[in-house]
Amino acid sequence: MAKKVAFMQGNEAAAHGALYAGCKFFAGYPITPSTEVAEVMSVELPKVGGKFIQMEDEIGAMAAVIGGALTGQKALTATSGPGLSLKQENIGYACITEVPCVIVNVMRGGPSTGMPTGPSQSDVMCAKWGTHGDHPAICLVPASVQELFEETVRAFNLAEKYRTPVMVMPDEIVGHMRERIVFPEPGELEVIDRAKPTVPPEQYKPYDTQFGDVPPLASFGSDYRFHVTGLNKMADGFPTTKAAVVQAEEERQVRKVEANRADIMKWEEYMVDDAEVVVIAFGSTSRSARFAVNEARKQGIKAGLFRLITFWPFPEERLLEISKKVKAFITPEMNLGMCTGVVKGCIEGNAPVHGIFRVDGEPINPNEILSKMKEVK
Amino acid sequence: MAFDYDKYIRPGKLPHIWCPGCGHGIVMKGLIRAIDALSLEKNNTAIVSGIGCASRLPGYMDCCTLHTAHGRAAAFATGVKMARPEMNVILVGGDGDGTAIGGNHFIHACRRNIDMTYIIMNNNIYGMTGGQFSPCTPTGAKASTTPYGNPDPAFDVAKLAIGAGATFVARGTAYHATQIDKLIVEAIQHKGFSVVEILDDCPTTYGRRNKYRSVIEMMNRLKEVAVPVKAAEKMTPEQLEGKILTGVLHKIEKPEYTAEYAKVIERAQAAK
Ligand SMILES: Cc1ncc(C[n+]2csc(CCOP(=O)(O)OP(=O)(O)O)c2C)c(N)n1
Ligand code: SF4
Repeated sequence: MAKKVAFMQGNEAAAHGALYAGCKFFAGYPITPSTEVAEVMSVELPKVGGKFIQMEDEIGAMAAVIGGALTGQKALTATSGPGLSLKQENIGYACITEVPCVIVNVMRGGPSTGMPTGPSQSDVMCAKWGTHGDHPAICLVPASVQELFEETVRAFNLAEKYRTPVMVMPDEIVGHMRERIVFPEPGELEVIDRAKPTVPPEQYKPYDTQFGDVPPLASFGSDYRFHVTGLNKMADGFPTTKAAVVQAEEERQVRKVEANRADIMKWEEYMVDDAEVVVIAFGSTSRSARFAVNEARKQGIKAGLFRLITFWPFPEERLLEISKKVKAFITPEMNLGMCTGVVKGCIEGNAPVHGIFRVDGEPINPNEILSKMKEVK
Repeated sequence: MAFDYDKYIRPGKLPHIWCPGCGHGIVMKGLIRAIDALSLEKNNTAIVSGIGCASRLPGYMDCCTLHTAHGRAAAFATGVKMARPEMNVILVGGDGDGTAIGGNHFIHACRRNIDMTYIIMNNNIYGMTGGQFSPCTPTGAKASTTPYGNPDPAFDVAKLAIGAGATFVARGTAYHATQIDKLIVEAIQHKGFSVVEILDDCPTTYGRRNKYRSVIEMMNRLKEVAVPVKAAEKMTPEQLEGKILTGVLHKIEKPEYTAEYAKVIERAQAAK
């Protein structure tokens, strides 16, 4: 049988990706340019017995998502800029309590209300530093409708596997563009469910490290009773201020992601092997970059593209390696240098990094990148 | 035989953090007796709170317990109840938690009429952070941030809940301990969003500043101001001056949220 093919918007694909991953709960609050995710979920979830709720604000939406996730369901929320800011306290709560959930944040201009319909890539730092305290961060930055579907499925998998919130951050262009998408058949993409406890209920501890850095998570309403708090906690979930326990727990929470960078990180290299100039880009900007690389090659410039698919964890090691062989990096991005700064931070000064920054709501076009290549090669 | 509270208390999690004379412990015992009276199954009962002294209650109770972020209990609980409507969901928290930072979630939970019970322990103050005024601090009262007397008008929590659409609203006091269980029992039995405001006290940060010389004196104030709704019917406005009505203040039937959503699922599946 031929696979189902559709022509759809990025945001719609994100919703369908969530459904494919088994999402059964959505709580949100409308905000441009993310609303289509909520709209599709409101149509589709009840059909599969799932629940959709439009909350009074983003704080409530994030809270409800965590509550829903604690009953054992895969839970999603979608938002954009100001909404992400509001969700941050509860995202931190999901980090410390280790509750799996997925946040689709469609990036628009900022700060504050910024440009509601203007594309931007300026929330990537918010994904790592937005909520207070030390915590793990996983942030995926897809570049096409197909990839937005697939990365949303992967976001759920990572959330379930590592018991942590995961962010999917398309820029507005990726969220709103329409493209052909080939729906994977059920079973074609891996779908991971959180590990459930196997110990008898009286022995269950929600943060029991004898099961490794990612302990199994029971569900509210099952045979297991447990306590969840945003305070620093012991293995049994109850608050503690004991220095050694707090230190060890915080380190474990960060380590469960950091020690698994190789499993989580994803990127694509295009003609990087012999490249002298490598463009590092993500989201819609990477599509202009690919066009620019093709043009450059035609004109005899040895250009390549390093396309980020995870922004966090950031592929520092690989970029350091590449930096030893290239003459220059170009980092086009729809913000004032967020990715550029991270790249500079990891390549130990091995090559110059030339940023192209736009925050005017205009996409970065291939010509801008091509001219920069000519300038720096 | 004495009532066995241990059945509902987590072994090893006491002593609690509450000061001697704090009203929150009285409320917890009332809640336990109510849960017992209704034979609620512990595995199927979620107790959800925000942040504050009152919000520490769930940690002591042997149920599915969720101590969330300041003011957000109603929103977390809404997620739990939506995802698993068969669970009993009980919210507990302070007046600051519920009506200041959590005011928005509170009124919207009332409006949705989602089948949960919210016990608000109203001690007129922010206890945990050291006695700053709350939206329920009486005008003129002293708090650590109203050294010259509180200029703010206070919320009437029960009226707020009724106005926002809660279908069951009751009020009790920590002095009238046996009334607390009855009100909580009736609230939990009610299908829809039920609110039980319990006037209690914070001797440590409110009493001291407002010239209550002892916990007994604070308790006596609760005794004196409380008038049961039935008794109030026979009283004149003059007699009711400065009094606070207790008992079931409001009880109506309206469609319940999770039941309405079950119909949405039915309609969606029929159209498929
Ligand atoms: C976002 C946020 N703001 C402020 C606080 C600080 N805080 C902790 S408890 C509390 C007040 C609690 O007062 P109330 O809800 O009346 O409960 P009580 O302690 O009196 O029982 C505040 C303001 C916080 N924890 N989180
Ligand atoms: S500070 Fe006040 S509210 Fe907090 S435990 Fe002490 S008496 Fe109770």
